[in-house]
Amino acid sequence: MAATAPRPRPGRLRQRVRHHLTAHGFLLGAVLCFAYFSWYPMVREVVMSFQRTRRGRTTWVGLDNLDRVVHDPAFWQAWRNTLLFTVLALLLGFALPFLVALLLNELRGARTYLRVLVYLPVMMPPVASVLLFKYFYDPRHGLFNRILELLHLPTSAWLNSADTAMVSVVLAATWMNMGSATLIYLAALQNIPGELYEAAELDGAGLLRRIRHVTIPQTRLILSLLLLLQIVATMQVFVEPYLLTGGNGPEGSTTTVVHLIYQYAFNFNNYGSASALGLVMLIVLAGFSALYARLARHTDQD
Amino acid sequence: MRTLISDVQLNRPRGRLVHRIVLVVVVTGFTLVFLGPLYWLVTGGLKSAREVVQSPPTLVPHELHPGTYAEAWRQLRLGRLLSNTLVYAFGALALQLVFDVAAAYALSKLRPVLGKLLLGMMLATLMVPAAVLVVPQYLTVLDLPLLHLDLVGTPWAIWLPTVANAFSVFLLKRFFDSIPDELLAAAAIDGAGPLRTLWSVVLPMSRPILGVVSIFAVVNVWKDFLWPLLVLPDPRDQPLNTGINSLSLGVPQNVLIAALAIASAPTIVFFLIFQRNIMAGLTTGSLKG
Repeated sequence: MAATAPRPRPGRLRQRVRHHLTAHGFLLGAVLCFAYFSWYPMVREVVMSFQRTRRGRTTWVGLDNLDRVVHDPAFWQAWRNTLLFTVLALLLGFALPFLVALLLNELRGARTYLRVLVYLPVMMPPVASVLLFKYFYDPRHGLFNRILELLHLPTSAWLNSADTAMVSVVLAATWMNMGSATLIYLAALQNIPGELYEAAELDGAGLLRRIRHVTIPQTRLILSLLLLLQIVATMQVFVEPYLLTGGNGPEGSTTTVVHLIYQYAFNFNNYGSASALGLVMLIVLAGFSALYARLARHTDQD
Repeated sequence: MRTLISDVQLNRPRGRLVHRIVLVVVVTGFTLVFLGPLYWLVTGGLKSAREVVQSPPTLVPHELHPGTYAEAWRQLRLGRLLSNTLVYAFGALALQLVFDVAAAYALSKLRPVLGKLLLGMMLATLMVPAAVLVVPQYLTVLDLPLLHLDLVGTPWAIWLPTVANAFSVFLLKRFFDSIPDELLAAAAIDGAGPLRTLWSVVLPMSRPILGVVSIFAVVNVWKDFLWPLLVLPDPRDQPLNTGINSLSLGVPQNVLIAALAIASAPTIVFFLIFQRNIMAGLTTGSLKG
């Protein structure tokens, strides 16, 4: 300990030991909670991926779990569904809030009102928003088909058809969540120095070129951080499909990877397969998380 | 403040017209999209069991049934669920404030041996997707290693895991890092021990970050769904967000909608009152996190 410090006198040594013990006393509560609820489960997740438990006996099975998980037809479908959700949720949940924030920032008079509106759904318990949307999606008496009828558009089966179920899930998720991203973008936009726009204007840059050459470069870092964060978050989607379609949906069209993990573990008591699939998920998302950590540290140093 | 479009442009007749049109369209559109569903939520709870599933749906309830709200409160045990939520949220908040503040303070100011390693290990947990850990975490809570305690069905299953929040520790530690060491040295010369220094020097300066961490702590418990579903198998023990869904089986649609309206009311009212502070807190927390 403290190898670089000058050789302490005996009295000082006791004092230092006491100092470090006190410091670890301050750390103890948090470290125990991390040990029990984060570090140990992390190790256990990896260990269980290579084990199987039958009738209370646990044995090492090597890559068997992984092999079985990959050959489950639901595996590829779950990944396809999850990717579809992620792509759609990003198209809507990443691009839309940026445009909305851009718009809100210009509408100075109504900014506060609109900002509150967009954020309202974020404040509701998620189950309330999701079950409300489920009610709207009802093909027979739901609000959405009624609106389509009034607009003379073809109605949809929404959650009841394999073609539209996932899109419906994405719409609900976007409505619920877009407030947080909008708020972050809005804060980023308000940090752009006004002189930059003035200078661009003097150079004859029109509206679109000012967005391209001032707004986007000035918010690029926040945009990329949020993009990575949203990729990691949306790939773990579980609650929305679970509540809207019961998880699997028509012809398994809304089964997500996390839902498959949930099913292995809690419907089939197959913790080995659940962990193996979790490990695959972990590896897939690790790249995004690492990139995020690097970018975030970068911002921190600025 | 200067934004994308300049005041000069806005004040030209054409600019003013375009601005007016965009404003009207955006305000109407946003009101419909974001307040519309809430209108439907409140009025849906006032409709009769038949009207609420009538086709086509009615914009204004034919006759009002405010009794549905009382029925919802009773059938879905909303009083119980709401008090559960408060107990879980504020218990989690208290534990997080005590343990994470103490840990962040130790890591930032007391700098014990292996402190850097522990911080690194805490931050590493941010790299692991939460959904992946749910299964081993559940098995751990079922039978805590060494202690052999089963936390399932107790509030501790909600409270303790929330302390392992690397994001909170990180935010707090970084804020404490910005407090000059000389200030603490001065307190030490006056004879204050570490706990005294934390309490009377560091904490009073840290109100903004404590606010941010508190909001996150409460919101996380408020919004969690899967974890309470797993560790609190009895629906009567569940927080609002999970419990409503667990107890909704066989409940008529109008009663369920009334229950959702009641469940949404507290946070929405709270948000409307403290809108300014919450927005400010959330943006600083997320931007700088």
